[in-house]
Amino acid sequence: MIGLVVLVIFVVLIALWAIATYNRLVGLKNQTLNGWRQIDVQLKRRHDLIPNLVNTVKGAMEFERDTLTQVVEARARAVAATGPADAARKEGELTQALGRLFALAENYPTLRSNENVKMLQEELASTENKVGFARQFYNDIATKFNISQQTFPANLVASSFGFKPAELFEITEQAEREVPTVDLSMRK
Amino acid sequence: MNLLEQQASNRRRTVLVMGVFVAFLFFLGYGVDAFYLGVAPIPVAGLVALVVGIASAASGFYHGDKAVLGSSSAVPLEDLLAKASPEQQFRLEQFANVADEMAIAAGLPRPRLFVIPDADPNAFATGRDPEHASIAVTQGLLDTLSRDELQGVVAHEMSHVRNYDIRLMTVVAAMVGAIVLLSDWATRGMRWGAGSRGRSRDGKGGGGAGIVLLVLWVVAILLAPLIAQVLAMMVSRRREYLADASGAELTRNPQALAEALRKVEFAAEPTRSIKRGTANLCIADPLGRKAGLREGFWADLFASHPPMVKRITALREMAFLPAPANPATS
Repeated sequence: MIGLVVLVIFVVLIALWAIATYNRLVGLKNQTLNGWRQIDVQLKRRHDLIPNLVNTVKGAMEFERDTLTQVVEARARAVAATGPADAARKEGELTQALGRLFALAENYPTLRSNENVKMLQEELASTENKVGFARQFYNDIATKFNISQQTFPANLVASSFGFKPAELFEITEQAEREVPTVDLSMRK
Repeated sequence: MNLLEQQASNRRRTVLVMGVFVAFLFFLGYGVDAFYLGVAPIPVAGLVALVVGIASAASGFYHGDKAVLGSSSAVPLEDLLAKASPEQQFRLEQFANVADEMAIAAGLPRPRLFVIPDADPNAFATGRDPEHASIAVTQGLLDTLSRDELQGVVAHEMSHVRNYDIRLMTVVAAMVGAIVLLSDWATRGMRWGAGSRGRSRDGKGGGGAGIVLLVLWVVAILLAPLIAQVLAMMVSRRREYLADASGAELTRNPQALAEALRKVEFAAEPTRSIKRGTANLCIADPLGRKAGLREGFWADLFASHPPMVKRITALREMAFLPAPANPATS
C-alpha cells in the first residue's frame, strides 16, 4: 500500500516537472520566433528607406548612375530573396552597394551638407544597427532555447515532443567576415 | 546573479522598502498619539499616518516616475522635436534611433524618452517596469557624446530598465522625498507641541518604557533624513557596475561606454536640474561630489555612485585595453 502511494506521488511529480519543462520550452520557442520576425521587420524597413535615399541623391549624383543602379538592383534582389541563407547573402550585397554609394556621396559637398541626406544616412545607419541588434537578440535567445532543450534532463522532454534546435544567424559571405573599409557611421 | 534573480530581488526589495516606509510612518504617528493625543480609545494619528503612508507608497509606486521627471524639468522628446532647429532635430532623431536600437537589443518595448535642458552631461531611467519606463538625458549629454557613446549610455539605462532597478530606485527616491518632507513637519510640530506634553502624560502613566519610546521617537525624527539618504545610496552603488556590464553586453562595445563615462565624469559641473533625491538614479553623481573619485569606508558610505575610475577600468578590461594612466585625459 505504502509502495503504491510512493509510486503515485513519484509519477505525479514527474508529470508536473514534464509539464513545467514543456511550457518553458514553448515559451522560449515563441520568443525565438518573435526574435526572428523582428529581423524581418528591420530588413523591410531598410528596403523601404532605400528608394527615398536614391531619389534624394539622384539629382546631385548624376555622374554616378552606375552606383545608383547597383543599389536599386541589389535592393530588388534582396526583397525577392527566399530563405535565410539566400537572404543573408543578398542583404550582404545590398550593404556593400550602399557602402559604395555613401563613400561616393562624400565627394559631393552639396550632399554632405544637405540635412535631408544626413538624416537619411542616419536612418539607414540606424536601420543597419537595428538589423544587427535584432540578429544579436535572436542569436542570444535561440542559443538559450537550444541549450535548454539539449541539457539533461530537459532533453528527454524536448526530444519526445519533437523540439528542433533553432538555426543561428551566421555570417555567410566571405566578404562580410573581412573588416569593412567604408565608414557608414555619422561620427564627425 | 542572472537576470531573473536580479528582477526577483528588485521586486522583493521594493516591497521591503515600501513596508519599512509604511511601518516608519505608523511609528511616527503612534508617537504623536502616545505623547500628545493619548492612545485611548483609538490611536487617531497612528491610523492617519498608516493611511497616509500606504497612499504615498502606492502613489510613489505608480507615479514616482512622473514626480522624478517633473522635478528635473524633463521635456518629452516629441515636444522638443516639433520646435527644434534642423541641427538639433538631427541629434534628437539620433537619440530616438539609438534608443530603438537598444530596445531591440534588449528585446523590450522602447521606453518614453525625455530631454533635460541642462548643459551638464547626465542621464537616468525611471518607471515601474519595462512597459512603463522612461529614459531621460540632459541636453549636455546629447551635445558632448558621439553616437557610439550615446548608445553606450542608453544601453546602461536600458539594463536598469530590464532588471527592474528602475522600480526599486524610483520607489526609494519617492520614499526618501516623503520622509524628508514629513520629518521636516514633525520637527516643527514637536517644537510647537512641547508645552502641551505634560498634560497628556498624566493619562497614560509613562514610566521607564515610555521614556525609552520617547527617546527612540525623537531620534527617529531627527535622523530620518540621514537614514533615508544612506538607504538610497546603499541601493544604488553596486547596481552601476552591473548596469555597465550588461549595457556593454547589449552594445558589444564597452570602450564607447567607458569613453562616455569619462566625458560625463570630467565635465565637472554639477547637474543643477537634477535634485538631490533623484541622484541615485543617475548614471553619474549629478552633484559633482568628488567622493566619486575616492575609495574607502566614508566615500563608500556617502557616495551615491561607485568610483568612476573603477567603472572605467572595468569596462576597458572588457575591451582588452589597459587602465587609463590619467583618467582625466584619456
